[in-house]
Amino acid sequence: MNSDATYSRPPESHERESAGRYSLLRLLREGLGGQRGWSRAWHKAEPRPRYRVVIVGGGGHGLATAYYLAREFGIRDVAVVERGPIGLGNVGRNTTIIRSNYFRPENIRFYDYSLRLWQSLERELNFNAMVSQRGTLNLFHTESQRDLFTRRANQMRLLGVDAEAVGRDSLRELVPLIDLDNGRYPVLGGFLQRRGGTVRHDAVAWGYARAASALGVDIIEHCEVTGIRRDGARVSGVETTRGAIMADTVCLAVAGHSSQLAAMVDLPLPIETHVLQAFVTESVKPVLDVVLTYGAGHFYVSQSDRGGLVYGGATDGYNSYGQRGTLPMAEEVAAAALTVMPSLARLKVVRQWGGVVDMSMDGSPIISRTPIDGLLLNGGWCYGGFKAIPAGGMTTAHLIATGNPHPLAAHLSLDRFASGRTVDERGLGPFPYAH
Amino acid sequence: MLRINCPWCGLRDEIEFRYRGDAQAQRPAASAGPNAFTAYVYERSNRRDWHIEWWLHVGGCRRLLKIERHTLTHEIRAVADNAEQS
Repeated sequence: MNSDATYSRPPESHERESAGRYSLLRLLREGLGGQRGWSRAWHKAEPRPRYRVVIVGGGGHGLATAYYLAREFGIRDVAVVERGPIGLGNVGRNTTIIRSNYFRPENIRFYDYSLRLWQSLERELNFNAMVSQRGTLNLFHTESQRDLFTRRANQMRLLGVDAEAVGRDSLRELVPLIDLDNGRYPVLGGFLQRRGGTVRHDAVAWGYARAASALGVDIIEHCEVTGIRRDGARVSGVETTRGAIMADTVCLAVAGHSSQLAAMVDLPLPIETHVLQAFVTESVKPVLDVVLTYGAGHFYVSQSDRGGLVYGGATDGYNSYGQRGTLPMAEEVAAAALTVMPSLARLKVVRQWGGVVDMSMDGSPIISRTPIDGLLLNGGWCYGGFKAIPAGGMTTAHLIATGNPHPLAAHLSLDRFASGRTVDERGLGPFPYAH
Repeated sequence: MLRINCPWCGLRDEIEFRYRGDAQAQRPAASAGPNAFTAYVYERSNRRDWHIEWWLHVGGCRRLLKIERHTLTHEIRAVADNAEQS
């Protein structure tokens, strides 16, 4: 039925199913009209045979990249192909924390750019992502840890990013549930970044998808990439379960499975895939209004608007593609939780899940060209990818559109490992399971 | 919970062990050049399949074991002491 000419023309934005602009007035009108006027938030596209850009992976970074390509660079001939439905990978599995409290200056600049984009995201996307700058509070428990955190806070302040020391008395007021005088790990103080906080993670995927779709981006679900086509040294498209899709540029944004996709073009990556778990307790009245991290073990927690405490810890510690997680780490994280907030022992854990993450060999992400012309990589996010979605999307879109790395992400190139310019935030050396 | 059948100690829980990574990375000869060393230090096969890896029985015999485990199902099909497999 459809001729190639019909297929190769991107649909005009007015042809798209679109929910229109969301507003308070619209909410009132729909409320009075029985909520029957809403339509799909984004257009479920069928694959066309050719695009200028194909982005593999409909998660946070893939959708954000597509949105910024269309919005900032005017490139709308873009497809996002996703193996399942969008937003069910790591963008829907994380603990929703945003912050920019890093030590290395290039990391501070990159993550703070992301934080600034989060601050204006909802207005820009016309979507309620529940961005809540409730503050992130890092506890320290030893004198040397105080020195380390002070050094980091000073570095942040030198670059104009907020960080403040919090003494024990203020901590007692800020989070009454902390056991400050724990026998083994007494809390000596903390550092607070007030602009940090949480964002509703599903809404990030939906908001970017809706805004990208409205600008003409095709979001193609249930379309698994099974091969990457090459024409000599250049990428020419992808093979999918719904047929071949040709493209001038292919961008992989499949963190957790980057190695799998790169193996299709025999490209080894400095990445191991590990599983990271997250947990939610039953809902209780408000008890915690910051994002809290424990300093004597790996544990971070915030309270969702529904009332559940959302928390997580470290990766399970060995290579795994199993999106579930195992019991020893669940127990270790719970033990850390009870050490810092013993009263949590009364709560039941109602949900637990695992996501598989790209653990890079220096603990920093990769936004880069690859040795194959036209094939780009956005991956290696370890377990810090969620907070970086806006900056990751913007800088990846910049790389696709201009062919050159964005100045804020130039340090994240793939060739940094061979040239010795690794971005080892914590100075741990080449261990993917240590970050 | 993984259960690892240590050749010296018998079937033990994973919490007695510490993971030491991919056992197939081979240190190149000193003259092999920077590319070979970059690959050895940084690049990983990262297979979604059977994976040969090091586990140190730190809470038991303290021997380094070479284990073949599936990275999707976590099933373990071979465990050997490092000394047995030169």
